[in-house]
Amino acid sequence: MQRTWRSRVLIAYSVAILAFLYLPLMILALYSFNESRLNAVWTGFTFDWYLSLFKNRRVLEALTNSLIIAVASTIVSTILGTMAALALNRYQYKFKPAINSLLYLPILIPEIVMGLSLLVLFSQAQFPLGKPTLILAHITFCLSFVIITVSARLEGMRQDLEQAAEDLYATPWQTFRYVTLPLAMPGIVAGALIAFTLSIDDFIISFFVAGPNSTTLPLYIYAMVKRGISPEINALSTLMIFATIILVIVAQILQPQHTRKH
Amino acid sequence: MIGCEIGKMKEMVRLEGIVKKFNNNLIIPELDLTINDGEFLTLLGPSGCGKTTLLRMIAGLETPTQGSIFLDDEDVTNLPPYKRNVNMVFQHYALFPHMTVEENIHFGLKMKKVPLEEQKEKVAQVLYLTQLEEFRHRRPQQMSGGQQQRVAIARALVNNPKVLLLDEPLGALDYQLRKSLQLELKNLQRGLGLTFIYVTHDQEEALTMSDRIVVMNKGYIEQDGHPDEIYHRPKTKFVARFIGESNFFEINEDQYAVRPEKLNLCVEQEDNEPYAGHPEPKFFGTIVDVVFYGTIDKVFIRLDNSNQTVVAYQYFDDVKRWSPDERVGIWWYDNDGVIVEK
Amino acid sequence: MKKGKLLILPAIFWLCLFFVIPMLIVVAVSFATRSPYGQIIFDWNIGNYLRFTESLYVSIFIDTLFVAVVTTFFTIIMGYPLAWTIAKLPQKWQQPGLILVMIPFWINFLIRSYAWVIILRTQGVVNTLLLNFGIIDQPLQLLYNDVAVMLGMIYALLPFMVLPIYVSIEQLDTRLLEAASDLGASPLATFRKITLPLTMPGIAAGTILVFISSLGMFVVPDVMGGAKSALVGNLIQNQFLSARDWPFGAALSIILALLSLLLIVLYYKALQSQKGGAENAENVA
Repeated sequence: MQRTWRSRVLIAYSVAILAFLYLPLMILALYSFNESRLNAVWTGFTFDWYLSLFKNRRVLEALTNSLIIAVASTIVSTILGTMAALALNRYQYKFKPAINSLLYLPILIPEIVMGLSLLVLFSQAQFPLGKPTLILAHITFCLSFVIITVSARLEGMRQDLEQAAEDLYATPWQTFRYVTLPLAMPGIVAGALIAFTLSIDDFIISFFVAGPNSTTLPLYIYAMVKRGISPEINALSTLMIFATIILVIVAQILQPQHTRKH
Repeated sequence: MIGCEIGKMKEMVRLEGIVKKFNNNLIIPELDLTINDGEFLTLLGPSGCGKTTLLRMIAGLETPTQGSIFLDDEDVTNLPPYKRNVNMVFQHYALFPHMTVEENIHFGLKMKKVPLEEQKEKVAQVLYLTQLEEFRHRRPQQMSGGQQQRVAIARALVNNPKVLLLDEPLGALDYQLRKSLQLELKNLQRGLGLTFIYVTHDQEEALTMSDRIVVMNKGYIEQDGHPDEIYHRPKTKFVARFIGESNFFEINEDQYAVRPEKLNLCVEQEDNEPYAGHPEPKFFGTIVDVVFYGTIDKVFIRLDNSNQTVVAYQYFDDVKRWSPDERVGIWWYDNDGVIVEK
Repeated sequence: MKKGKLLILPAIFWLCLFFVIPMLIVVAVSFATRSPYGQIIFDWNIGNYLRFTESLYVSIFIDTLFVAVVTTFFTIIMGYPLAWTIAKLPQKWQQPGLILVMIPFWINFLIRSYAWVIILRTQGVVNTLLLNFGIIDQPLQLLYNDVAVMLGMIYALLPFMVLPIYVSIEQLDTRLLEAASDLGASPLATFRKITLPLTMPGIAAGTILVFISSLGMFVVPDVMGGAKSALVGNLIQNQFLSARDWPFGAALSIILALLSLLLIVLYYKALQSQKGGAENAENVA
């Protein structure tokens, strides 16, 4: 049968491409457990590189910075983004195309341009670079992603549910509290997770707007990479990969499901 | 619940001079309508005739551009939906997917802050009434269409509304289920003596269930009357055409509508011989087709001197079965020809 | 009613302050001059744009375009079949399949480029293996060349191609394919006449994402490409961080941004004419 022959080749090809996507990451993870500091030769299994990470003051500092920045920018971008998505979903705006362009352009414009434009802004405003500038920048690029995620959820929601609530004596606030919000919640949580992942992972924009005492994990990894290969980078990268995997899976699982009870 | 014996003719809803525009699009030009207490009133018309808009204005989900709405003598024109004592059964039910059946039904009472004991009592009552007790802990998406429909009705009824508004509530169901639910709904309405305003585009549904039908077209009321009257004495050509089948004949500038079952056929007589036992045929024609429909034959006749085709139903207890190309005379009793506005 | 409409204002205000205004300042800076001490002098001239026509920069720009085209091409021929396979998985494997593609999408370029450094460097996995098997006696220089950069780019941007294509295949009405084969179309003809045109919005969206991202990419060349393989992204990065020539860097990034915008506008125009696809684009983005 020609059909099965075709589909077998297709599946083999796809598996090969998935391997291409994952093998390098697996090798990276594998070598974070290799005893040898210099070579790719496997000399034995060790947790030393992880242990040395946790003793490294600068790594812990970078981790703290990353978490502070990610939490702050997630909270602000989720609130602003959810508000905007609710408004966009419900009301007609005169300048809707212009508004949409403004909301989606930050995603489409090359990150390097956004990073340097913020650098120029902060330097022209004589605003010292550091954690605050990182947080402002991260909120800016997370915002559009939150709006898109929450909007997708709201669009999938039927309008008549809110009308039914109003018909059943719920005031606008009660309608929002008991119907709109619980139904939109998976979208909001997914949006927040995406914002958090983007922020924790961001290198390019942070690269431009970070100051001397605000090194984040990706920036720290970059500095280490520039100095040469070391198993500690492998260990740190592996940890970041795992964190990302968990966040992505949780966000995905939240997306299509129906809500929990209010 | 409210009895219906006494206040039969008491008015419940009054629409005065209602005009509705959507962005300069005139949906309802101007409309007056009164709905009585305990009445099953159907708004019937093709899609886009303004019937749903009218219903939504009564619910408060739309505001009329002009005019006033009175509910039980209270002006509710500018009241939001949550301050009106009417409830709606939505077209696709609009059941809250994140709540169980019971929570859905509780919702309205909870919003009105009815004491908890009373809430429980009322919900139990309505669950019993709609035979939903065994499903109370299910989520809507775990139920069939017919069951969901019952939840939607229970959710509205539990609030003891002055008027129940139903927006094509059976539209999404299959034919058999629709038939049985039509009866169920009608019995429910009679039993409770509640005012129902029912929107549908299905003329059969309207004829079976309603006390009164308001036929709408392009935002105007074409006719307002008892189902029997709507069917047998259509006032306009639109009504005659929209409800059931009709044939139209032009006699002395007047337009006559005659139902196919009222149209009689006879063999064309030659040489001015008299027609025995029935009136003279008003028209003559040639049969173009005879289609078997089970209980009837539909006979299609092309009228002489025009390209108009009319249809007559022939029952098998009639004397003769017709076949194509036969010449026939067409006649009806005066009473069955209704003069309609064009 | 009206009050709710204002909920959008904070987001708009935020983006005006931290997206629109910075871009406008960059435009202004691109018409300025750098003082000998690296200060910006706003003297409104187009010198920075004229400098871009110097042959060095023209060749960097052409290199960048070339890399972008190659990257886009390979991500399409690798991404389409993968997206197809995942979209056609049985229902219960759909979500795991999608997650498998999402994960590399979210891991940053830096770590993903670095993974290749481990594999390709002189004492890396590949060289060690080849040496041990006696296939070579001297380690090969696999990194720090144009091929390595392109490999890294393809690797980094492949998920950007797979996701939009996946969305468009997933939305494809399979009854159309059945209808086509019922009408006598061979599998290849069905693919060319039905599947490909209907999934074109996904391919176009993926192309835009990949092409724009590769135009502005500086991480991959920075980590895998060494000094010789500078692309526009690296050039911009250098103007801002080492050369301290912000006006020139600003002009370069304005050109980059305009080019990206142009591509996006073309994409939307194409979608409009293919009606109904506009929502796809938004989902994809």
